[in-house]
Parts: sequence; C-alpha cells; structure tokens
Amino acid sequence: MKSELRDLYQEVVIDHSKKPRNFRKPEGANRSAEGINPLCGDQITLYLKLADDVIEDIGFQGAGCAISKASASLMTSALKNKTKAEAEALFERVHSMISEGPRSKVDPQELGKLAVLSGVWEFPARVKCATLAWHTLRSALDGADAPASTE
Amino acid sequence: MTAEALRQGGRVAPLDVEKVRKDFPILEQDVRGKPLIYLDSAATSQKPRAVIDAIARYYLEDNANVHRGVHLLSERATQAYEAAREKVRRFINAAHAHEIVFVRGTTEAINLISQTWGRTRVRPGDEILITVMEHHSNIVPWQLLCEEKGAILRVAPMDDEGQLLLDELDRLIGPRTKLVALSHLSNALGTINPVRRIVEMAHRQKVPVLLDGAQAVPHLAVDVQALGCDFYAFSGHKLFGPTGIGVLYGRSELLEEMPPWQGGGDMISSVTFEKTTYNKLPYKFEAGTPDIAGAIGLGAAIDYVNALGLRAIAAHEHDLLSYATDALRKVPGLRLIGAAKEKASVLSFLLGEVHPHDIGTILDREGIAIRTGHHCAQPLMRRLGVAATARASLAFYNRREDVDALVAGLKKVREVFA
Repeated sequence: MKSELRDLYQEVVIDHSKKPRNFRKPEGANRSAEGINPLCGDQITLYLKLADDVIEDIGFQGAGCAISKASASLMTSALKNKTKAEAEALFERVHSMISEGPRSKVDPQELGKLAVLSGVWEFPARVKCATLAWHTLRSALDGADAPASTE
Repeated sequence: MTAEALRQGGRVAPLDVEKVRKDFPILEQDVRGKPLIYLDSAATSQKPRAVIDAIARYYLEDNANVHRGVHLLSERATQAYEAAREKVRRFINAAHAHEIVFVRGTTEAINLISQTWGRTRVRPGDEILITVMEHHSNIVPWQLLCEEKGAILRVAPMDDEGQLLLDELDRLIGPRTKLVALSHLSNALGTINPVRRIVEMAHRQKVPVLLDGAQAVPHLAVDVQALGCDFYAFSGHKLFGPTGIGVLYGRSELLEEMPPWQGGGDMISSVTFEKTTYNKLPYKFEAGTPDIAGAIGLGAAIDYVNALGLRAIAAHEHDLLSYATDALRKVPGLRLIGAAKEKASVLSFLLGEVHPHDIGTILDREGIAIRTGHHCAQPLMRRLGVAATARASLAFYNRREDVDALVAGLKKVREVFA
C-alpha cells in the first residue's frame, strides 16, 4: 500500500473504526451534543457524565466513515477521568496536529495513541472527518444547544 | 440511453472512444502518479477542446456587451449569443427560440419558476408534487415557496429498485396540485423516469410539469414538444459546456403570464420612475449582462455532442453500463443501489461495511475520481436506509478499461479494510 494511505489508515485506525470503544450512551450521562458534517452526512452524538468538572464517563453513537469513527473512539478512550480543562487543552493540540500537520507545534508522539491521527493532514478532504468528534466534544462541554458542525 | 431508445432507431456507427478522448485535454494527465480515471461526470463533465477554444476565441476576438452596442464587436457578440440560444432550441426541439431563457444552471432555473410562476399561482392549501428521488435543488425551492404560501409539498414514492410508483403518483395529483416537478434522470440512482407518461397524467388534470433535466441531457435525446412538458431545466456544465450557464425552457403561454424575476438592464422596454414596461421573451427573464461566453461555450458543447450523435453516445454508454454493472456485481461484498429497468450512466454502490468516504479516498490515490456522500439527495438516502453511497458516473469518453481500473481499485479498498 502507498505510504500516505497507510499513514491515514493505520492499523489502530482500522481497529477502532471496526470496533469503536465507548460506542454507547453511558449511564448517568448529564451532557450531550450532536455533531454533523453537512458535506457528507456523518453524524455523531457524544455523551458525557461530568461531575465536578471531571469526565467520569464518556461515550458516543452515530454513523460515519472510518476516520470519524476511529477519531471518536480514540477521543473517548483518551478523555476518561480527565478534567474539563484538560479535555479542552487536548482538543487544541489534536486540532492543531490534524489540521496543520508538520507546521503544527504539537509533537504527535506526546499524544500517545492519538498520534495515529497525525496522517490525516495529508488528506485535506478528510480533516473534517477527523475533527468532527472533537468539535462535538467542545459543544458538549460548553453545553451548547445547536448541533456542532464542521462547517 | 435506454434499451428502449436504442430499439427505436437502426444501427449506428460505434463511437471511436480513443479518438474522442483526444478532444479532452484534461483526460491526458496523471494524478497521484497514475493515469486519471474520471468517473464523476454526473457531478460535472469534462470539456472538449472545441468548447474551451470557443470561449477563448470569444474573449480574444468578439468580447463586447450584447443587445445594446451599435459597434461591430457588440454585433458579433450578440449574434454569437443568440446563435447559442438557437442551438439550444434545436437541441431540445423547443418551438421557439424565445422559450429558451439563459440562467446560471438548473438550480437557478428551478428557483426562477418557484419565485415567479409559483409565487403568483400558489395559494394556501395548494400542493406541489415532487418525488422521493429529487436532488436538493428540486426540493428546497419548493419548500421555501410552500412555507411562504402555506402550501403543501407532496412526495411521490418509489420501489426498492428506484422506480417511481406511477399509480401512487397519479393518485397524488389532485384538484389542489399546482405543479408536478421531477427529475428526468436521477443523479443518485441513474433511473430514467417515464416522464412522458407522467406529463400525460398531470395534464389530464390540467397540472403543469417541470422536468429537471440536469442529468438527462448529456445522455438522452430530449424533445420538449414530444414530452409535452411545460418547463425543462438543465445545466451547461453537465453537458460538456462551461459552468455558470444553464437553460430554462418554458412554453410561451406560461412564460408570458409570469412576472419578471430580477429587475435591471436588458429586461425592460422602457423605464420611467413611475412605470417600467418589461421586455419581451426571453429577455424579460435575463436581467443584467448575461454569461455571454458561457452561452457561446454551451453552444459549442451542443455542436460537439451533435457531431458525435446522441444515438452513438447512447449505444456506447449502454454497452459500458452493462459491462460495468456485470463487473461490479462480481466484486465481493458490493451492493448496487438502484436497479431500474430504464437506467443510464450512474452506478451507486456500497462495499461491505466500508464507508463511501473511505472508498473515495483510497480510489483517489489510484487516480480514480468518483463521488461519495449523499449526492445532494438526503431524503432519497433516508428512503434507501443508507447514510451515503459511492457513485461512479459514466460519460461517452469512458472506456471499459476505466471500469476495470475501478474494479482493481475496489480490491485495494478491500485490502486496506481486510
């Protein structure tokens, strides 16, 4: 396989897209937000159980491509027991890595498993797929009523 | 074109595809290190050199404003612009050139009808009938109108193959129906709708019909008088012409009764601050300087298509569609969406659990351009129970090799997701 393609579809990405983690509505969820990518119709609902600004549980449901599903799955795995401030900081770093690629100040290696999303920047048409879950996270944290959109 | 259309005529000389491809400079390139395989003509078609040259020649030699100058260039520009209108008239066999209104594209044509004819005719409780397979451009303008007027949008259903249920459609046409608006050829399914029969059904109840011909004109010989439709809309860019130009055909009687759409220059006969008299057809609907170069480019595209011959094009595409249908059916896990008996040029499909976007990205790295997503037909996707499909769409410059490349590309997709 071509190397950029392997950068995008790393084994971890394929694995998380086929077996998404936290693909459920957690019990006691007290925050939720919907995210849509109007261009392709991808849709995600993100649920948070927030207690004293700590994400005690997190899950998602919806339909989308491998990249958007894997990104949501990896995100939910990374955010459990993180504070709201830590989650927001992670949003900034992941967003920068995905949309800016090598120009980003973020070193993917510091992001653990989320580093597998670093190949997405080579595919501009797919950046929105990878960031959908993260935009939805932000509106869930903000308690916004309107669905998050990648547009 | 369809088997039926082919049966109507005798034999035609087969299309020399390799020769035809030489007329399309863009197809000669490599993308991502591979020869370009363009299978997205339903989104926009490529342009032959004749079209590109006609536009360049206009700007190099004749550029001037139309319908107003006394000087030679303006005369030449006006002649070329009106010659393009006459080419369109002949191409769809309209009775009069003044029934051809140049617009930006199909979307603008439908909005024009909705905003002029619709706003003056539709009252609270009236109904507009569309079908479940419409493109958003033949849904949203009617929703806007219905919202403004308190009218009701009705939707004719289809079967699982993607064929309209004609009895149901017939039943939905009633005393409150003001207009039937439907696609001639579905962009997401390839279904060729039996529009002549549907026009008959509607006319029996004195209801006019608008046909969205955006996908039909590149593949079918269209005769608006034989179809009997009241309005017909299409875009230049899907017919191997430039973007930014399209056509609204309307029967004279209807166009005459309609108020103008946009106000401005060219659409007036005389203006005082007290009263303006509108220009005659079609200029009443062409306010402002039109896309002169676009119209000339569209005229050149029609000349090009006529020279190839729509029957030869149809025969080639019919062969290619059956070859592609057979080839795709053999791909493990592939499910074709849309299996109408009368079908053209479009292959919508799903591949196992792989999302169409991922299919599109992987094929792109093989140099293969397809469309993925909802194809601006979200209600249709909901009816089909899918979020999106992958769509390969064919034109006369495509070959069996392109289909083979697609099949090989799909094998790569399966490898990535193995």
